[in-house]
Amino acid sequence: MNKLHIYISCVLLILCFSDIQAQMVGKGSYGKFLLTNAEIHTVTNGVINGSVLIDNGKIVSIGDVSNSGDATVIDCSGKRIYPGFIDSGTTLGLNEIGAVSLTRDANEIGDFTPQMQALTAVNPNSVLIPVTRVNGVTTVLTTPTGGLFPGTATLIDLWGYTPNQMSTGFQALMVNYPNTGKRGRWDRRSEEDIKKDAEKAIKKLNEYWEKAVSYSKIYATAGDDMDYNPELEAIRPAINKKMKVVINCNSKADILSAIKWIKKNDIDAVLAGVREGYMIADSIAASGIPVITGPILDMPSRASEAYDSAYKNAGVMQKAGVLVAIQTRENENVRNLLYNAGFAAAYGMGTEGAVEAITINPAKIFGVDEMYGSIEEGKVANLFICDGDPFETKTTIEQVFIGGWKIPMESRHTLLYDEFLKRNPGLDEK
Amino acid sequence: MKSIYIIWSLLICSISFLNGQEKGDVLIKNGTVITITNGVLENHDVYIKDGIIKNIAKDISAPKNVKIIDAKGKFVMAGIVDAHSHIGITTVNEATAPNTAQVWVGDAINPLDVSLYRALAGGVTVSHAMHGSANAIGGECETIKHRYGEIDPEMMRMKDAPRTIKFALGENPMRVHGEGSDIVPATRMGVEQVMRNSFAEAKKYKKAWSDFNSGKTKKPPMYDNRMETMVDILEGEIIIHCHSYRADEILMLMNVCKDYGVNKLVFQHVNEGFKVAPELAAWGAGASVFSDWWAYKFEVYYSTAYNAAILTKNGVLTSINSDSQELIRHLYHEAAKSQKYGDLTDEEALKLITINPAKQLGIDDRVGSIEKGKEGDIVIFNNHPLSIYAIPEYTIVDGVVRFDINEDPTDMRVDIDPEGSIPTYMHTETEDHDRCMQGVSESHNHQH
Repeated sequence: MNKLHIYISCVLLILCFSDIQAQMVGKGSYGKFLLTNAEIHTVTNGVINGSVLIDNGKIVSIGDVSNSGDATVIDCSGKRIYPGFIDSGTTLGLNEIGAVSLTRDANEIGDFTPQMQALTAVNPNSVLIPVTRVNGVTTVLTTPTGGLFPGTATLIDLWGYTPNQMSTGFQALMVNYPNTGKRGRWDRRSEEDIKKDAEKAIKKLNEYWEKAVSYSKIYATAGDDMDYNPELEAIRPAINKKMKVVINCNSKADILSAIKWIKKNDIDAVLAGVREGYMIADSIAASGIPVITGPILDMPSRASEAYDSAYKNAGVMQKAGVLVAIQTRENENVRNLLYNAGFAAAYGMGTEGAVEAITINPAKIFGVDEMYGSIEEGKVANLFICDGDPFETKTTIEQVFIGGWKIPMESRHTLLYDEFLKRNPGLDEK
Repeated sequence: MKSIYIIWSLLICSISFLNGQEKGDVLIKNGTVITITNGVLENHDVYIKDGIIKNIAKDISAPKNVKIIDAKGKFVMAGIVDAHSHIGITTVNEATAPNTAQVWVGDAINPLDVSLYRALAGGVTVSHAMHGSANAIGGECETIKHRYGEIDPEMMRMKDAPRTIKFALGENPMRVHGEGSDIVPATRMGVEQVMRNSFAEAKKYKKAWSDFNSGKTKKPPMYDNRMETMVDILEGEIIIHCHSYRADEILMLMNVCKDYGVNKLVFQHVNEGFKVAPELAAWGAGASVFSDWWAYKFEVYYSTAYNAAILTKNGVLTSINSDSQELIRHLYHEAAKSQKYGDLTDEEALKLITINPAKQLGIDDRVGSIEKGKEGDIVIFNNHPLSIYAIPEYTIVDGVVRFDINEDPTDMRVDIDPEGSIPTYMHTETEDHDRCMQGVSESHNHQH
């Protein structure tokens, strides 16, 4: 390949990706908004009829609010207001097109890459983001994915032109607890090999963790004299309980093993995935560790399991007393968070419980419930107006606010609809 | 004499037992009956006898010994038809040549697939078990009835359903053959030529046989199974179901088919169908789409979840399919998304998963709606099927209750080995985005 070829390829690539990132939706507006006559589903204080005043990015007052004159009034008669929904596990902003590897930024090479920062690679102009937020999903945990320590996840609002504008400030260290099950249909390893691999992986996990503990101890006295070690440095906040650790584990045995590991190492942890949590809900509840579960629209975990076991999982754990949040583990279809929660609601969790699992529960789990997760005075103005139960597909999400911004209710999907519903020219030939 | 009598009665018993399994009698009382083709009937009964819908009326008196289901407060709908699935078969792709029209997934039916039960639990009674999308012209598919519990593969076939064949355009055949084997097609131009060459060859083959049969030539042509199938397509005996995404390739296949006089054509996935909806409608091609899948590969990046609505409103015969053992469990919800994305009416939305896919499979005279004389395929929901709170409670195939939520043991495998261990936990995340490419290679997984 000569230099010209490489040059042309590079130019083509750049052209190609600048096109991919082009975002065509309109501008947002910021300021003072008074949403009147609404049925306000606060989540934390029941349903209140009245107004919500948004100013300077925050919810300023709720209920009987008089218009001081300078706010833009939005009449919400017959409408509901909900706090923005939070998806507690996605790769949104990191991955763009599944089959195009150079557009995938979630999975770095190596088993031990805790220093990888999701926030670094969040693409604020991802076409997937508007598609997601117009459905009322305002905030997502976006996570690196591969290896034992894939990196640091970040909780982002789905509005902003830079990663920092999107960041809520919350970050968590991700751990993929070694999986003693099959990795998928294509996994042809024998049960014995699976067990051996898992034992090896657990040994490795412990080695890494012990190293990080030692590093942290030495750091306490040596401080900046430490050699450059980004991996161990990235874990240090978790060792000192200054950062939460989100631990993916799914099979019954792995969940129980992970709980023991968490207790033994005294980690401020959250269990994620927890696909077979319903089998051991009481043990999880007794551990006091919160859970991020999902997707709800998922297959049974074993050929011998009930068809609706994934639908029921979240509800069973919640009833047992576990603090449960829901994730989609999605990318382009994080918008289906509503329907994942809806299925959990229909299969035992109840509407209220499922709403909590995508609002206040994740806010509590991430320690950001002072600012997120409900409609309360002083909280960040992440909310949306809709004309019914948001889990029903007949319901229209009419307006979404993120950080007090009234965001454009457009996405690639709505724009294509507008252009092609009545295509012009129609059948006429040139 | 006595022993012969016993043998005879045993034989008769076993035959009637089998028949009883295949076709049943059931009376569904006082439901809200969503007929699909004749509106919604409140407080109506549906009577199925010998597997066929005998009567739809108020207060049908119960014949002796018939199973009665009280559907008061419940919604009774025609069984869901999935125009694109890969369940109930052991193999999906014969990924060895750009044209493998000689193969047939009907040779690979697996009645033990527990996915069939899970689909029943989602109200799906008929599915189109398809060949994969590795080849420009794949194999013939099989329309199956979800008679889960039967162990004879023959029992899964929907007997006398029209033959169908899988075609595929775009990235999948390009990657498998062009990138994978360095042969045509590596481009969408190449895909067109594979189609044209195959049809041209079939025309020639057909003529060679007709010349031989009329005595015009003396030497019989070499029998070719692949060409036999291609000729049957030319003669309108097989419906083409074509995996497709982009607008240009959709137009291409319509042109090719027109040139060869082929007029039975349904596009599958057809994510950019909305861009050429007027052309699809004018041609008379069907479209079987995902509710909202997109962006998993480049050729579906410029997609919209409003696809089903745009196609429907432009007069294209449209269905929503699963292509997934996960989605097939909630196609009623997938159909409901057409109300979020494009405000389809209840009737339009439910047609997407009943009579429309039945038409696309050529079985709309038998299933897809609740009408007298049609087959007794029914699903009963606790709530309206388009509500997120809808839960299928009974699924009936040919009058036989195959799913009853009140008699639903956890382990529904047919082939449990009493000595075997509990199946290993299997991680299913993102597993389903690849069934069309199943059996190609692991590196090619995670593609539709």
